Amino acid sequence: MEIFLQQIINGLTLGSVYALVALGYTMVYGIIGLINFAHGEVVMVGAMIALSVVQALIGAQLGLPPGLVILVGLAVAMPICMGIAYTAERVAYRPLRSAPRLAPLITAIGVSIVLQNLAMIIWGRNYLNFPDIIKPSPIEFGGAFITDVQILIIGVAALIMAGLLLVVHKTRLGMAMRATAQNQQVAGLMGIDINTVISAAFLIGAALAAVAGVLVTLYYGIAHYHMGFILGLKAFTAAVLGGIGNLGGAMLGGVLLGIIEALGAGYIGDLTGGFLGSHYQDVFAFAVLIIVLVFRPSGLLGERVGDRA
Amino acid sequence: MHSMFNSKKNPALVWAGVVVIGLALALVPFVAAMGGQAWVRVVNFALLYIMLSLGLNIVVGFAGLLDLGYIAFYAVGAYVYALLASPHFGMHLPFWLILPLGALVACFFGVLLGAPTLKLRGDYLAIVTLGFGEIVRIFLNNLNTPINITNGPQGITLIDPLTLGSFSFGKAETILGIEFSGPQKYYFLLVVLCLLIVALNIRLQNSRIGRAWEAIREDEIAARAMGINTRNVKLLAFAMGASFGGVAGGLFSAIQGFVSPESFGLLESIMVLAMVVLGGMGNIGGVILGAILLTMLPEALRFSIEPLQKAIFGRMIVDPETIRMLIFGLALILVMLFRPAGLWPSAVRKRELSGAQS
Amino acid sequence: MKHVRTLGLTLVAVALAGVYGCGKKEEAKPAPAPKAEAPAKPEVVVKLGHVGPLTGPIAHLGKDNENGARMAVEDANAKGTEIDGKKIKFEFLGEDDQADPKTGTVVAQKLVDAKVVGVVGHLNSGTTIPASKIYTDAGIPQISPSATNPKYTQQGFKTTFRVIANDVQQGSALGEFSVKELKAKKIAIIDDKTAYGEGLANETQKAAEALGAKIVAREYTTDKATDFKAILTKIKGKQPDVIMYGGMDAQAGPMVKQMKELGIKAKFISGDGACTAEWTKLSAGANESHYCSQAGLPIDKMPNAKDFQERFTKKYGQIQVYAPYAYDATMALIAAMKKANSTDPAKYLPALATLSHDGVTAKVEFDEKGDTKHGLITIYDVKEGKLNALSIVGGAAAAPAPAAAPAAAAPAAAPKAEPKK
Repeated sequence: MEIFLQQIINGLTLGSVYALVALGYTMVYGIIGLINFAHGEVVMVGAMIALSVVQALIGAQLGLPPGLVILVGLAVAMPICMGIAYTAERVAYRPLRSAPRLAPLITAIGVSIVLQNLAMIIWGRNYLNFPDIIKPSPIEFGGAFITDVQILIIGVAALIMAGLLLVVHKTRLGMAMRATAQNQQVAGLMGIDINTVISAAFLIGAALAAVAGVLVTLYYGIAHYHMGFILGLKAFTAAVLGGIGNLGGAMLGGVLLGIIEALGAGYIGDLTGGFLGSHYQDVFAFAVLIIVLVFRPSGLLGERVGDRA
Repeated sequence: MHSMFNSKKNPALVWAGVVVIGLALALVPFVAAMGGQAWVRVVNFALLYIMLSLGLNIVVGFAGLLDLGYIAFYAVGAYVYALLASPHFGMHLPFWLILPLGALVACFFGVLLGAPTLKLRGDYLAIVTLGFGEIVRIFLNNLNTPINITNGPQGITLIDPLTLGSFSFGKAETILGIEFSGPQKYYFLLVVLCLLIVALNIRLQNSRIGRAWEAIREDEIAARAMGINTRNVKLLAFAMGASFGGVAGGLFSAIQGFVSPESFGLLESIMVLAMVVLGGMGNIGGVILGAILLTMLPEALRFSIEPLQKAIFGRMIVDPETIRMLIFGLALILVMLFRPAGLWPSAVRKRELSGAQS
Repeated sequence: MKHVRTLGLTLVAVALAGVYGCGKKEEAKPAPAPKAEAPAKPEVVVKLGHVGPLTGPIAHLGKDNENGARMAVEDANAKGTEIDGKKIKFEFLGEDDQADPKTGTVVAQKLVDAKVVGVVGHLNSGTTIPASKIYTDAGIPQISPSATNPKYTQQGFKTTFRVIANDVQQGSALGEFSVKELKAKKIAIIDDKTAYGEGLANETQKAAEALGAKIVAREYTTDKATDFKAILTKIKGKQPDVIMYGGMDAQAGPMVKQMKELGIKAKFISGDGACTAEWTKLSAGANESHYCSQAGLPIDKMPNAKDFQERFTKKYGQIQVYAPYAYDATMALIAAMKKANSTDPAKYLPALATLSHDGVTAKVEFDEKGDTKHGLITIYDVKEGKLNALSIVGGAAAAPAPAAAPAAAAPAAAPKAEPKK
C-alpha cells in the first residue's frame, strides 16, 4: 500500500511539472491553433538562466537564504523567457498567421533548433548541477516519502492553475482571449486587439515555462541544453490528452500522464510477468493517449467550445 | 510539373529533356566523387530521403493528414531487411524478395496506424502518429527479451549488401572500363528506384485517387458528400506512403550494413516532414528539392564552415558543428517566412495563398 | 587535374581493397603515398582522424575524446617523429558523428577520402560498428577509445581495435564486486536500454547470478530521462541490498538523489559511463559510500597519467572520462607506424596488432580480436563527495590497491570550464 501511495506522489509531482508546461502549449494552441514546438526550449532557457543566477549568487557568498536565491533566479529568468517567446512570436509566427498551417510549425521547429544551439554555445555541453542549497528533507507518512520540493511543485502548479482560470474567466484580457479563440475576425471587429491578445498568451505561457524550468531544475538538480525537447514532448502529449486548447484539460492531462507513467512503470511489469516492464513506460503513455483519442477524438475535456482559452 | 510532362505538345523536346536529365543523373556520382566518396554517400542519403519525402508527401501533401511518426515505416522496412538478410537469424534471402516484403509489412503497419485514427483531425492526428512512431521504436529497442527478435539496442550487424548472383552492390569493380565504387553502384540503383517512385507519384496525383485525396485535404465533409469513400481513400494514402518508406528502409539497411533503433527517432520524422513542407507540400518537384536541400545543407556546411572561419578569422571561433545546426535552424525559419508555401509550392497552394485568405 | 588524380586514387584504393580482400594488401596503397612527395619536402604530412559526437546530449564526452586525441597529435608533433628517414608532421582531423549511425558512416567515408592513415573513434558503439565496415574496406586501422560493445571486435575485421575493457569484462567485475565485497544477496538492476547500458547490465546480472545472488528487479529507463522515482519505488518494495545501474552519469546523478529522497538504503553501483566527476557533482549530497567502476587504472595509478592530467586540464579543462584513452589510442597508432617504419596502413597494421606500447592508461596490447589485453577494472567509492579508488580487478596485472590511496581520481568539486579552444 505504501508503495502505491508513493507511486501516486511520484506521479502527481511529475504530472504537475507536465501540466505547467502543457498550459503554455494549450494557451497558444487554443488561440491561434499553433503547436509551439519551441515551448520546451523556453522551459530549458528558464532553467538554465535561473541556475546560472543561483550559482552566481551562491558563489558570491552573500549569505542569502536559499529561498530568496531561487526567487531571484526566477525573477531574472522570467522576463528573459517572456522576451524570447515574444520575439519568437513577432518574428517567426506572426508573419505566418495566414500561411498554410504547417508553415508556422516548421518555423517553430527552427526556433527550437536555434534556441538549443544558442544555449549550447552559452552554457556549454556539460550538464549543469543545481547547487546543493536545499537539502531534500523527506517527510514520511504512511510509509511513503514526500519532499518539501515536491510539495512546493504540486502547490505552485495548483496555485498557478487557479490563477490562470481566474484570469481567463474573470478579467477583460481573459474575455478577449476567449473571444479571439472562438473567432479571430469577429473578435477583431468587436474592438479586440488580436495581436495584443496573442502576445499576451505567449507571454503568460513563457512566464509559466520559466516557473516550470526553475521547479524542474530544483527538483532534479540538473539542467542541460537538451532538456527541453523531451519535456516539451511529454507536456504536449499531456495537453492533447486533456484536450488541447482547454486549460483544465492541460492540467488534467498533465497529472494523468504523470500518474500513468508512474503506475505503468510500477505495476504493469508484474502484471504481465515481466514482459511489459518499465522499458515500455513511454508506450503506456502513448497507448493511453491513442485509446482516449480513438474514443474521444478531441481529448478528455476538448470540444467544449465555450470553455476554450 | 504539369507542362513539363505534357508529352503531347512537343514530343521531340521532351525526349531531348529526358536524355539531358538522364545524362546529368548518370554523371552525378562521378562529379560527387571528385570531392570524395563521402559526397557520393551524402548523395545516396539524399536519394533515400527523396523516397521518404515522396512517401510522406502522399500522406501530408496529397491527403492533408499530418503524420509525425512516418519514420516508423522506414524502421519497419529496415528491420525486415536486416532480419532476413543477416547472420542474426542466419537467413540470407535475396533482396528482390525482401525489399517488396519490407514494403508490404510497412504497408500493413500503415493501415494499422490509419485505421484507428480515421476520425481524428489535424493536430490530434499529429500527436497520435508521433506516439505511434515512438511506440514502434520502443518495441524495436525492447524486443530482445524474453525472445530475441530485434536484438534490442545492440542493433543488427553484418547485414548483407544487395547482391544479384555474383554482382554485389557493396563492392567496387570495373564495368565496361569504368570503375565503380560501392556507393556509386548503389547510387544508380537508388536513382532508378527514385525515378520509378516519382513516375508513380505523378500518375497517382493525376488519377482518380489523387483527386480524391485532394478533395479530402480541402474539405472532408464535402468530399464524402461527393460520394468519395473517405475511409478507404485515407487508408490508401497511409498504405501507399508507408510502403515507400518501407522500401527506403530496406535500402538503408543494405547500404549501412547495420541498423539499430537509434536511427529511427522522432527527430528523423520531423526532419522528413521539414523536407516536405520546406520544399513545397503536394508538389513532387518541390518535395524532391526540399529533400535534397535539407540533406545537403548540413553536409555542405560541415565541409565549408571550418575553412571559411579559418580564412576569415584565421582560427576557429565557434565549433563548426554548433554553427551548422544554428544555420540549419535559421534557414528553416527564413525560408518559411519568405516562402510560406515552400520553396516550390504546388499550383493549388499558390492559388490559395494569393486568393482569399481562409 | 588534381580532381582526376584524387578520383583515380580513391577508386584504385577502394577497388584494390575490395579485390584483394584482407589477404595481400602490400601492393595496395590507400595511404597518402608519402614517399612520392618525400624528396621535395623534408617534412611529410600524415593525417590522423578522430570521430565523436560534438553535438547532441553526449557532446561533452565527444569533445573530451577529441581533445585527448588532439593532444596526442600535438605532443607527437612537438616531440618530432621520424619514420623511414623522414620527418613526419601529423595532421589532426576531428569529425562530428552526432552519435548518429548514419552520420557516422558519412564522416567515416569523409576521413577515408581525406586519406587518413588511422582513425581514433568513434565514441559510441552505435556509430563505431557501422563505421568500422568502411574503415576495414579501406584498410584503415581504427581504435576506439570508448566503444565497449563486444560486437565491435567480433565482426571478423582485421582493422578494429579498442584500448578499453569491453562490457563483458566490466560487467562481470561489477557483479563480482557486488556479491563478494558488498555481500549482496538481493540485487536490483536498472539499465538505460542503450547498447552500452544494457550490455553492461546483462553481464553484471550473469556474473551476480553465477555467484548465487538473486536479481529481485530488472528495471529500465532511457538515456534522456531525469525522473526515476517510479522504478525506484518499485525496487524499494523488493528490498535489494545493491542497486546496479547500466548507463550514463547524467542519469545516475539524479537517480542517486532520488534514491535518498525515497529513503532507499541500498548501495548503488554503476559502470564507467556514470563513474565520472560529473556524476559526483550531479548527485552531490546523496552519493556518499556508493560505488562505481572505471575501465583501466585510476589516473593516479596510470603509468604516465599525472603529467597528462595536468597538461590536459590546463589546456582543455577537466577530463570527463575517456580522454586518456583517446590519447593512448592515438599514440598507439603512431607507435605502430614507428615500429613498422611506415605510415602505410597496410604495412603498419600488422605491427599494430602485435604492438606493445606504454600508454598513459595502461600497457597497450591487443589480443587476436583487437580487444585490449589489459582490461583492468577499478572500483571506486565516494568519500566526501569525491571518487576514491578502492580496488582493482581483472587483467593480467590484477593487484589489490592499497586501501589507503586517498587521492581523488579527479577533482570533483572544482568548477569546470567548458572545453573550448
